[in-house]
Amino acid sequence: MSKIPLQFRHNGRDVAIFVDGGTNLLVALRELIGDMTPKFGCGQGGCGTCSVLIDGELHLSCLTLAETVAGRSIETLDGMKQGPNLHPLQRAFADNFAAQCGYCTPGMLMAAKALLDRNPSPSRDEVIEAISGNICRCTGYEPIINAILAVAGGRASA
Amino acid sequence: MAVTVKTFASASEAAGALSSDRSARYLGGGTLVMRALNEGDVSISTVIRACDQALTRIDASGPRITLGAGVTFARVLAERDLAFLHAPARSIGGPAVRNMGTVGGNLFAQNPYGDFTVALLALDATVAVQGGFGPRDIPIEEFLQARERQTGTLVLSVSCTRPTSTEAFRYRKIARIKPKGGSVITLAAHLPISGGRIAGARIALGSMAPTQIRARAAERALEGRSLDTATIAAAASAATEGTSPSDNALGSAWYRREIVGVHLRRLLSGQE
Repeated sequence: MSKIPLQFRHNGRDVAIFVDGGTNLLVALRELIGDMTPKFGCGQGGCGTCSVLIDGELHLSCLTLAETVAGRSIETLDGMKQGPNLHPLQRAFADNFAAQCGYCTPGMLMAAKALLDRNPSPSRDEVIEAISGNICRCTGYEPIINAILAVAGGRASA
Repeated sequence: MAVTVKTFASASEAAGALSSDRSARYLGGGTLVMRALNEGDVSISTVIRACDQALTRIDASGPRITLGAGVTFARVLAERDLAFLHAPARSIGGPAVRNMGTVGGNLFAQNPYGDFTVALLALDATVAVQGGFGPRDIPIEEFLQARERQTGTLVLSVSCTRPTSTEAFRYRKIARIKPKGGSVITLAAHLPISGGRIAGARIALGSMAPTQIRARAAERALEGRSLDTATIAAAASAATEGTSPSDNALGSAWYRREIVGVHLRRLLSGQE
C-alpha cells in the first residue's frame, strides 16, 4: 500500500512526512518526526497523555487520523519552552511538585496551556474541568491544579 | 495494518462509497473509529471521510433545531441557543474529547458511552441519513433499534423540537468519576405540560440495554397526569420495565436495576 504525503506545521516549523493509511497523529509525531513528548497511554481517548493542540484546540493525537492535520498547526510540549527557559507552566509544575512519574505531564501541560490561552484567569473549577480528560495516577491532582492556578495568579498580578 | 483512507468533497459521494463497501467505516471525530484501529480491528479496511460543510452546520434559531452529524460537543456548548443540550454535551469526556467527538458519532457509541443520544431519544429526534437507497429521515428510536445494521449508512444530521421550557427537559448522568467518566446509567426526560398535565412524556435511559431505550412503562405512568409525588413514585417504580442492563466494570446489571428508579425519582422531582 502506497504511503501518503503529509505536510503540517509542527511547533512553528513546516514538516513533510509520508504516512501509512490509518496512521494516527501520535505515531506520526513520535516515529516519523521524532517528537517524543506526546506519550502513548491507552489508545482509547481515556487518559489524555497524548494531548496536543491542533490550531490551538486540545485534541488527542492517538485518536486523530494523521492525514486530517494536513496544512494545520500542531503544538506539542516540545515546542513549549521559550528558548533556553522553561515555559511558566513547566516552571510552576516543577515548583509545585506537580510531576512524579511524569507520564501524564505532557498531556497535563497541553491541557493547561489550552485553558490559559483561552482563559488567562480561570477559577479552580475551570482548572479541574480543563484537566478532567487527563489521568494522573501519582499526584492526586492537587499539586497539578495548584501549579496551573499559580501561573494564572501570576499572570493576573503581572 | 494500513487502511485505505478515502476523502470526499460531498456527503453524498461519501455515502455512496460507504454503502458499497462492507469493510468501510465513516470517520467523524475519530473517537470511535480511530480507537478501533488502534485496537487492531481488522474488520475495517477502508476509512471514509467527507469535507462537506453541510455536515458541520448548526441551525438553532427556530423551534426545531438541526445539528449536522459532524458538529462537535464543544460547538454545542458554545451555542447559546442550544442551552437545553449543554448538560448532555458537558457530561461527555474531557475538553479534548468534546473538541473531537460528534453528534453523529455519538449515535454509534456503545455502552457506557452515547450519553448525548439519550438526550436526543427523549427529545424524539429525527436522524437524517443517506444510504444506498438515497436520503431519508428515520425516527431516532427506529435508528437505534437497527444500529448494528447502520454502519453502511451515513448520518447527515439530527433534528429535534426545542423543549418549551427549561423545566420540560431534564438530564442526569450517573458516573463514578466526576466530572468525567463512563456512564453507570444516564437518564433524560422530556415532559411537555399542557393544561397542567403531562402530554407526550418521554423517558430515555442509557446503559440499561444494549442500546439507549425509552422507559415506556414510566412514560405511561406520567402521561396525562400532573407531576406530583404519587405520579413520580409510580414512574420510578416502573423504570426497570423492559430494561436489560449488563454487568461491566462501572456497575453490575443488578446495581443498575436497583438505582434507575431512585435516579428517575430524583430527576422528576428536581433533586440534585
